[in-house]
Amino acid sequence: MAEELHQIRLTVNGTAHDLRVPARRLLSDALRHDLALTGTHVGCEHGVCGACTVLLDGEPVRACLVFAVSVQGQEVTTVEGLTRPDGALGPVQQAFAECHGLQCGFCTPGFLTTITAGIRDNPEPTHEEAREMIAGNLCRCTGYQNIVKAVERAAVLAREGGPSEGGFETGLRPSSTTGDASVVEEVAQQPSRNHGDDVVDREDDAATTGLGA
Amino acid sequence: MKPAPFGYLRPGTLAEAVAALAGDPGAKVLAGGQSLVPLLNMRLAAPTTLIDLNALPGLDDVTVDEAGVRVGALARHAAVLASVEARRVQPLVAMALSNVAHPTIRNRGTTVGSLVHADAAAEMPVVLVLTGGSLEVEGPAGRRTVAASELFVGPLETSLHHDEIAVSAHFPALAPGAGAAFEEIARRHGDYALVGAGAIVDGDSVRVGFLSVSDLPTVVDLSGVAEADLGEAALAELEPGDDIHASADYRAQLVRVLTPRVVAAAREHAAHRLGRTRG
Repeated sequence: MAEELHQIRLTVNGTAHDLRVPARRLLSDALRHDLALTGTHVGCEHGVCGACTVLLDGEPVRACLVFAVSVQGQEVTTVEGLTRPDGALGPVQQAFAECHGLQCGFCTPGFLTTITAGIRDNPEPTHEEAREMIAGNLCRCTGYQNIVKAVERAAVLAREGGPSEGGFETGLRPSSTTGDASVVEEVAQQPSRNHGDDVVDREDDAATTGLGA
Repeated sequence: MKPAPFGYLRPGTLAEAVAALAGDPGAKVLAGGQSLVPLLNMRLAAPTTLIDLNALPGLDDVTVDEAGVRVGALARHAAVLASVEARRVQPLVAMALSNVAHPTIRNRGTTVGSLVHADAAAEMPVVLVLTGGSLEVEGPAGRRTVAASELFVGPLETSLHHDEIAVSAHFPALAPGAGAAFEEIARRHGDYALVGAGAIVDGDSVRVGFLSVSDLPTVVDLSGVAEADLGEAALAELEPGDDIHASADYRAQLVRVLTPRVVAAAREHAAHRLGRTRG
């Protein structure tokens, strides 16, 4: 029996997308498979690792613990939406580059989104608060020291850059730190590519979500 | 992994939600989903239908008066934790909530959902029991109030009927002059506690609620027990369980350590509140 599909609208990085998805489509998979926004990474897929963290109406949530149908009509910001309007790195991305806050980069998108909201809510975190801010994200490479430094550096950069930085209504733009620039541009130019009936053929792909970027 | 296929309903009224639940014995209710979705992803649960409450109006309020804190079914942990008024009227709620997972999970997870999920290792069920709170539930026959003491009947099991939906939880106010505290020990920050304890001290009354010690959130009355005997007195009322996270002996040791600690902190909190009222 064909699985029932639901028509939903998601606004991702400022662009509205109409999708037809089965109810069980995780938001992480809707972003990666249906919208080809592969900057959001899927690690544990049960809410522990934090790699898939995106901003839902500005607040960090685990995209693997939310169904796309359940957040219809809401605004999602992924790592691709964290760059500055001119395409340059956002303050958190810049800080990660400066402080060597990543090695393999797999966990990085979740850190970037979490910290973007974290320094918006607490623009001058103490060292302890910087550690607390990232306590829900796992990194198996860095040992966290440089990520904590990057939080503190990002807070400085964001303050210097003015309140408009940090990218919440920034739309689709390639992110040279962690997003997949070519894919993002492609989707931006052909917004209907993965929509409509085409999606139907992709339903069975849900079981084969890879871990790669 | 991915969830098995399920039907999906997004009712616009509570009556529709209750009717849908009553009509499908395999259906489950979705609010925040931070406990349910991992179970679905790992295929430990496979409901026929999810009834998504997220479009229901008026369920996300945190309302506070001098009698206590009422938390709507769609109020996220983060919203409850952020309520200054809730913290003033019943501080134990915020004390415990800051131990619930990580902020990212608290942004989506709901306090009422955590209560009806009824995990004995979770913080909020024991807080509801310890504060003498209750749950408002709506079913086909109308609305009723379920006292916390009647709510938790087994691991992940409540006394709610299948066709009832929890609408709100009520945490009564902390009495003037009383103090509260919450302590837990987890292997990693944000993990489920190996053992956790909340305390309310009110004059001579000393009550401590334990989570993750046995299959149910358990409250022990330790009024009149000497400071040095608190841990052993609590253990006399508890049967610590064994699992892959900790042995029963280790849990007993954590009860011995945490009980006097949380009672002392609650006494200090009471003294602080009293000082502030007089000051």
